[in-house]
Amino acid sequence: MESDQKLIPVYIMGEKVMVPEGSTIIDALEYAGFQLKKGIGCREGFCGACATVYRLPGDFKLIGGLACQTVVEPGMYLAQIPCTPAQKATYNIEKENPDVSSFLKLYPEVFRCVSCNTCTKICPQEIEVMDYVNAIIRGDIAEAADLSFDCIMCGLCTMRCPAEMAQYNIALLARRLFGRYLTKRSDYLYERLKDIADGKFDKEMKNIKQLSREGLEKRYKERDLDFDIT
Amino acid sequence: MYPEYMMESIKMVEKTRPKRVEIAKIGKPVVEPMKLKEREEILNRFHPDYKADARRVLRIGPNKGEKLTTKVSELLESHSRISPDDIDLSNVDYDVDVLIIGGGGGGSMAAIWAQKQGVKVLISTKLRIGDANSMMSQGGMQAAVNPHDNPIIHYLDAIGGGHFDNKPELVETLTMDAPMIAKYLEELGVMWDKEEDGVLVTKAGGGTSRRRMLSCRDYTGVEIMRTLRDEVKNHPEDIYVLEYTPAIELIMDNKDQVAGALLYQTETEEYVVVRAKTTIITTGGYGRLHIQGFATTNHYGATADGLVMAYRAGAKLLYLDSVQYHPTGAIFPEQILGFLVTEKVRGLGGQPVNKFGELFVFPLEPRDVEASAFIRECTEREKGITTPAGRAGIWLDSPIIDILSGPGTIQKNLPAMVRQYHRFEIDISKYPMLVFPTLHYQNGGIEINEKGETTIPNLYAAGETSGGLHGRNRLMGNSILDYNVFGRRAALHASEKAKTVKLGKLHLDHVRNYEKELKESGIETKRIAPILLPDYRNFEVIRKHRKEFDPFLGGGITGWYEEE
Repeated sequence: MESDQKLIPVYIMGEKVMVPEGSTIIDALEYAGFQLKKGIGCREGFCGACATVYRLPGDFKLIGGLACQTVVEPGMYLAQIPCTPAQKATYNIEKENPDVSSFLKLYPEVFRCVSCNTCTKICPQEIEVMDYVNAIIRGDIAEAADLSFDCIMCGLCTMRCPAEMAQYNIALLARRLFGRYLTKRSDYLYERLKDIADGKFDKEMKNIKQLSREGLEKRYKERDLDFDIT
Repeated sequence: MYPEYMMESIKMVEKTRPKRVEIAKIGKPVVEPMKLKEREEILNRFHPDYKADARRVLRIGPNKGEKLTTKVSELLESHSRISPDDIDLSNVDYDVDVLIIGGGGGGSMAAIWAQKQGVKVLISTKLRIGDANSMMSQGGMQAAVNPHDNPIIHYLDAIGGGHFDNKPELVETLTMDAPMIAKYLEELGVMWDKEEDGVLVTKAGGGTSRRRMLSCRDYTGVEIMRTLRDEVKNHPEDIYVLEYTPAIELIMDNKDQVAGALLYQTETEEYVVVRAKTTIITTGGYGRLHIQGFATTNHYGATADGLVMAYRAGAKLLYLDSVQYHPTGAIFPEQILGFLVTEKVRGLGGQPVNKFGELFVFPLEPRDVEASAFIRECTEREKGITTPAGRAGIWLDSPIIDILSGPGTIQKNLPAMVRQYHRFEIDISKYPMLVFPTLHYQNGGIEINEKGETTIPNLYAAGETSGGLHGRNRLMGNSILDYNVFGRRAALHASEKAKTVKLGKLHLDHVRNYEKELKESGIETKRIAPILLPDYRNFEVIRKHRKEFDPFLGGGITGWYEEE
């Protein structure tokens, strides 16, 4: 860290610490001498491991965010959360129906939603969480899968939900049902699988594997390129 | 938002854009791809692996005498975290058929397929299951699933990209299994991007001669990893997941077989003894070693623990002299330094240009070649853009994507990228991104064969920790495919083997012998490995601050801080 950086005060589990302005919460914690053993992950906003809550001076609200994406502010009060304990149903995807019946059976608590929208407000991915919960209640699995797609399962919705459901696990069931049952399959894929099973590529694969390095380089150079981007 | 002087350069990018759109629309490469000889030249002159101190001789173990990436040699020449005499192996905490070390994509896929074979599985992982690089992959997974393509062409692309060093039987397995993996994941519920008629959408990637990249928007890694993790958790009767408890050494038996591992609970600091008939290492790569000081796209846990454990137990390593730098890591704003800007940006038509807005390289060369071209542009040619922190980079022109394929293409295909930059008030559909190569992938690793077997009995490996498949350079989209294909393969063979293995008396003599070898080779070091968790702390700085600031100013946490 450069010495001429401007430092700002934050409170980490009670201790007042000066950290560089512009740091993310994760960077600030490390700067302040913490080696994180939990509540940390990809540091790029993709894994949801560092979901956290904090408070700001003069504001009664509990604010949520990803610690690797949230920049520190003066007076911020921080404490890293290790993980969210959440209900996860076990099921056999081959035996579930892509409709509301699966949710009635596996996650009946979804019907306790009071439409308070607390989940949507805290989502660091800006997902319309309440809307997908309502889509599930209506039995619109496709809508729920689409709306929840960017979910990184950080658990903030679950920590705040007054109906006490684990939205992110419920949405995952919706997406898995959609992906397995409600999208068209590619004919080309099944033709390719049949070709492979029939050994259509075996002979050429055998030949190419036996090529000398020079022979392989020649084949590589001679291969045609197709870069139509449309 | 970009500072004024960068906006000046962006204006030049905008000025050259109409002409570049025209060239792209012809449908031919916008810049002539390099010939093999040109590739070799640029790699020799600019790739970080070719610097004088990039590699050094490893002095102990099965690969003794070979030149490896310097940081890797150092990592392997380290002390164990334990003294074998302090460990009581007679007290076995868990007795399982298959032990899987690492809870990322490879470990999860392996667990699911081992479970299908009717064996009992334990997964050991240092953070939570799914906390892994697998979660971070944005671009896609290669699979020759459409008519214009086939596994033979995929084979050629992969082996050419790897500089023809790839083990042929591994590449064959990868490319022939790929369509089956695409189908399997779909049946698990993975939401592949599809056309209206169900045809899988395929995009181009660096070094591919066909559009072969399957994707799930730009959350491909998330989508596959969260689905696999969910499926693992659907089998609590057969798969036990032990989180926050990484393995720190393999355990051997008196028949010279691997017989499990010693784990370490990071919170309680207890040791846990796992006896297993077979063991699969899926610990991923080494990005967090920050080789040559490079920023990395990698997960916090990417500390190459599996390499260290396997090597101490006598497994051979392969191609650990070659590091993959992803051409497009973010270098501005400073907070997202090293962030991965997916190759899909270029797959969709995005173009790398210098500070004058000039195209200088074919956008989809294999990664090592592309990265070298970026480095050349920023160093020798001095046509990079320098950030306020003093880093030079080149523009990745993303707005051109919407011009080529219609407004909304970026939002639809790259929502994660849009979100990432939006957090820092940069709209990538209007402005380019500033990028420079960043440490991305461990090309080599623990040598395996097509069954996922390492060179020592009962030990398997899959995914980034393994070596041989990608030769000396992996192509985009072959890593997700790798961990799925070989996670499954390793599980099938490890489960089969587990049914016949008879274990003898457990010991840690290999650790003792390794320490002895260190001493005899005259290696004096305080290094300890596996690293498990990287350490970015700086106590000196924080102590200095404590002395300088007034803790009573602002009133502490009971009264709120106010700016004085």
